[in-house]
Amino acid sequence: MADREYGFRTRAIHAGNIPDSATGARALPIYQSTAFVFDDTSDAAARFALQKYGNIYSRLANPTVASFEERVASLEGGLGAVATASGLSAQYITFASLVGSGDHIVASANLYGGSITQLDVTLRRFGVETTFVQSANAEDYAAAITDETKLIFAETIANPSGEIADIEALADVAHAHGIPLVIDSTIATPYLNRPIEWGADIVTHSATKFLGGHGTTLGGVVVESGRFDWHTDKFPLFGQKVPSYGGLEWTGNFGEYAFLTRLRAEQLRDIGPALSATAAATLAQGVETLSYRMQAHVDNARIVATWLQQDPRIEAVYWAGLDSHPHHARAEKYLPKGAGSVFSFVVKGGRAVGQKLIESVNLASHVANIGDTKTLIIHPASTTHAQLTEQQLLDAGVLPGVVRLSVGIEDADDIIYDLDQALAQAVEA
Amino acid sequence: MSELVATQLQNGLTCSLPSDSPLAKLLKSQRTWVGPDAKTRLNILRAAKSVAIVGASPNPARSSYFVGTYLLQSSNYRVYFVNPNADEILGHKAYPDLASLPEVPDIVDVFRKASDIPSVIDDVLASGARTVWVQLGIWNEEAARYGEEQGLTVVMDRCIKVEHARFHGGLNLFGFDTGQISSKKQLV
Repeated sequence: MADREYGFRTRAIHAGNIPDSATGARALPIYQSTAFVFDDTSDAAARFALQKYGNIYSRLANPTVASFEERVASLEGGLGAVATASGLSAQYITFASLVGSGDHIVASANLYGGSITQLDVTLRRFGVETTFVQSANAEDYAAAITDETKLIFAETIANPSGEIADIEALADVAHAHGIPLVIDSTIATPYLNRPIEWGADIVTHSATKFLGGHGTTLGGVVVESGRFDWHTDKFPLFGQKVPSYGGLEWTGNFGEYAFLTRLRAEQLRDIGPALSATAAATLAQGVETLSYRMQAHVDNARIVATWLQQDPRIEAVYWAGLDSHPHHARAEKYLPKGAGSVFSFVVKGGRAVGQKLIESVNLASHVANIGDTKTLIIHPASTTHAQLTEQQLLDAGVLPGVVRLSVGIEDADDIIYDLDQALAQAVEA
Repeated sequence: MSELVATQLQNGLTCSLPSDSPLAKLLKSQRTWVGPDAKTRLNILRAAKSVAIVGASPNPARSSYFVGTYLLQSSNYRVYFVNPNADEILGHKAYPDLASLPEVPDIVDVFRKASDIPSVIDDVLASGARTVWVQLGIWNEEAARYGEEQGLTVVMDRCIKVEHARFHGGLNLFGFDTGQISSKKQLV
């Protein structure tokens, strides 16, 4: 007695897109509507009280956005998802739902620069302390946990250091302390790794990157496993009456659906970073080809990283798919298809040569983004991570001479040709 | 190669997974009673015309009230409320017990604590109903086996509102993975 669990490629195309009963539209319709009519006043009241399902207002839920949410939830193996306007807002509503003044977060020091400042500046100003762990070992995360710690946060593949999170061990540490493990899996995508299968409780994405894949659209998404027991002393809000929803209790009324229902009904309602319907449709269409793009990305990354490593003008390449990387074994465990296509390298001659390299490319695009079909290149220390202090840069593995590459899905030979001619110019200069 | 275990995925599907896989260990595959798979639950819900809610509450904050509201407004079922301490719930008469209902309900949906389930199953059997649906968060494996031995169809630790909305649209509107894939129009 078993149901058909459709494969990853099938779900990337079909999950969340059953033709609607009214029109039978086969492609995902774009419900470009702010609000949705109620049947009558009791229907309106029941929807507002969360007693039944139904659309109200697109800040809370929208059918096109819901399709994208279900698709990502399906691919990650989560219970469900809540989409947001950006990856940073996906993280923000997650933190906002779980921490308050006096609480504490344990996070990797290797996060994206914007994630570090969200925790280190904005949330600290709201009375939430974060300890950034400079080690990749789970026992060092455990040592940073206090009575006030409410969650552990790390990235599957850190950017630009290429470090790989030991998700299984971090989940064990988190669960031993009664707190959830939150993993940002933007660079891995569910094609390369599904953190929930390794014990993570919440997965966040900047959908702007590989999920959408084409560099056109901002978006974010939070996926939750539905497995974590939120109804504990650590998270008393899940067991308290909610006056704004008629005195319901999140866990009491919604069981395993509590976290995601609350994230939508409270955090999207109160903070407001909703994803638009048009953006959701673009992102959902991107997800349809996720498997094919990600395989091409990691295939190209392997070719380019190997070529760079063998080039005498290059000092170091930080791609965990190479056996020279300290996390090569972890990459083989967690990312057997490939260690992502965002990595960094150091050119001999330091910062000046690296900058000249970036100015000399003709195919790779000099932009502050990753996860496009196009190959992208940037100098993190002066751009994406410029908000960090010298020490934070070192902690995050962003050395001054580091050049970051997001390897696209062009012909690998052309990517190498471009890097080769740019390196020639940079070294000559 | 380790043995395969029937595992309930979070999207409502029941699948076989190797017992030593990380996912099987994380999911509830240590349970030795596995209820009806998604297709069977859909068939149970499609075949039913009437649902009795045992342990229905007149308190608008309780989950049984949510389920009652949902079934009345978003399904075509004839819905009956069973609660010996209430006269009326959601504008409908509340009955003291299953025996007092005007018809034998197709599904008896149960909001009672786990230790009460065996006696509820006896009441269901006495009423002539054929399906007992024990709500999300309630688990009594012995009672489930007992019900099945007596010929009942048993669903347990699932919400009838969530499951109806999984197959008929609704659950998807809040971004949950329904596990449903189809090239046919959404069932209504």
